[in-house]
Amino acid sequence: MNLRHRRYRRVLVTLLSVFGIYNCLVYTDGTPSPRMPASAVRGEVLWQENNCVACHQLYGLGGYMGPDLTNIISAPGKGAEYAKAFLNSGIKSMPQFSFDEVEREHIIQFLTAVDQTGYYPNNGAKFTRFGWLELEYKESKELF
Amino acid sequence: MNSKIPLILLSLGLASLLLGAGLGLLITNQILHPDFLKDMIAFNRLRPLHVSSEIGWIILTVIAGVYTYVAQTHNLKWRFPWMTRLHFFLLVFSAIFILFSYISGRMGGREYLTFHPLISIPIILGWLVFGIHYFSTLRAAKSKWPVYFWMWGTGIAFMIFHLCEAHLWLLPYFRSYFIRDITVQWKSYGSFFGSWNMLIYGTAIFLMAKIKNDEQVATGKMAFFFYFLGLTNLMFGWAHHTYLIPTKPWVRGIAYAISMTEWIVFIYMIMDWVRSLRAEEKQSFSHSFSFLKATDFWVFLNLFMALLMSIPTIHFYTHGTYITVAHSMGTTIGINTSILLASSVFLVSRLHSGQQLQSNRLISNGFWVFNCSFLVFWLNLIISGILKAKMHSQAPVMPFAVMQAELNPLMILFFVAGCGILVGLMMIVFPLFPVLVRNIKKSEYI
Repeated sequence: MNLRHRRYRRVLVTLLSVFGIYNCLVYTDGTPSPRMPASAVRGEVLWQENNCVACHQLYGLGGYMGPDLTNIISAPGKGAEYAKAFLNSGIKSMPQFSFDEVEREHIIQFLTAVDQTGYYPNNGAKFTRFGWLELEYKESKELF
Repeated sequence: MNSKIPLILLSLGLASLLLGAGLGLLITNQILHPDFLKDMIAFNRLRPLHVSSEIGWIILTVIAGVYTYVAQTHNLKWRFPWMTRLHFFLLVFSAIFILFSYISGRMGGREYLTFHPLISIPIILGWLVFGIHYFSTLRAAKSKWPVYFWMWGTGIAFMIFHLCEAHLWLLPYFRSYFIRDITVQWKSYGSFFGSWNMLIYGTAIFLMAKIKNDEQVATGKMAFFFYFLGLTNLMFGWAHHTYLIPTKPWVRGIAYAISMTEWIVFIYMIMDWVRSLRAEEKQSFSHSFSFLKATDFWVFLNLFMALLMSIPTIHFYTHGTYITVAHSMGTTIGINTSILLASSVFLVSRLHSGQQLQSNRLISNGFWVFNCSFLVFWLNLIISGILKAKMHSQAPVMPFAVMQAELNPLMILFFVAGCGILVGLMMIVFPLFPVLVRNIKKSEYI
């Protein structure tokens, strides 16, 4: 291996080392979040098993067949009962689910936990210099 | 060519491309007519089937290329034929399990990896086998590695990393904290796209070097500079997907700084290559050249859009709209599919002893049908995205169904353009199958 390739190998090792440290920081300091209760975690399992993200979005990430549900619980005129009513409705392109009452409660708990983490769309965000965006944080703002 | 396996993989990849495009049309039809096939296969199962088919096209075709091209350069021979066979069977089993997962409704429900998480075990094993085999084979290379060897190796290694990171959600430390979970999920997808870009762009550079008959394209200092810049983006540039998730500002700040550089990398390389290419060299692999030229065009358009979308203030409006879809389709179909079609045609032309394919004209026409339809498709998504962003900002409380109804005329055009893409792809892909089947029959079984 010639000199140039030895240098390339050193660059690669350096990048990988920085990446390792960076990952540790992202997994810990970079992503503070309130802990979800057990019921919300169970609701997330149901959310995933039924692939709700194929149609719905959380923080704008997911499919575009249905609305974003990040703040469905706290949105004016909506809320837990409104969301619950849709779950087994089978309206429009929504599949005909048959969640029982406990399962529906778990899903609502999950959506409530998501709602508490922040805003989407983040209408309170401030546009600053160089195209940067300062997000408005929600109840968990003390974590930041 | 002494192995059936790369040819079978390429054939399956091409079939997967057509299947994915067909399923894409069904999806668009479900957007237009929500009751269409709803009882048989609802959108929550149809969409992952479409996405997995297109991922299958990319992965299978790129692997077929790596198996073939490594064996055709530097007098290398794949070291352990049984590992190629094992890899092939792991890929086939994974595909069958994924299909079963969607049909039975036992899903993991994560974007892009919607199948049951247990299926990731054979998938990760497959990449591990491929990686071990790749690096043990390349150790025999006597000369220094061209950049595409580095890129393929990096793509394989980071694919394993991505798949492991994408399953951290199974641990309570990630699962119980939503912001950490969704951020790490999208971080892992950054590695996923970065890995397959390494594999695909490595293939593109290999093709450029071969068509130009000049290895300098792949061994020069500039090639390595861009490789490392691409790798830096793979590692640190992922967070532009998550600008609007309330993570610490430094996570987003690093991504913003890094992602500004990403697309300049590849456009420079292609433009430089096209400029230096002599006319007669272009003729030898005319279809492959055309597809790489088309890639050039799509990189230009997507470069411009990606750069704009990576600016947080613009991202604020485009995120969660069809502009994001235009970006992902632009890269997946416009750039990646064009490169992989170039690779497929290059590979099949070689099987055909460098002679022109019998359906040369059909492929040329297909090339234009595909690209023109895709341009309409892409522009349509951007217009839909702009309209949706406008509706969001002017009437934030407008019901989703009303907003969707406003976009319906554009969705009809979207469907028509999708039909054009499928027809164009069929015109390109169908003439390749007879040559592939003939050669699969006469190849050795390893």
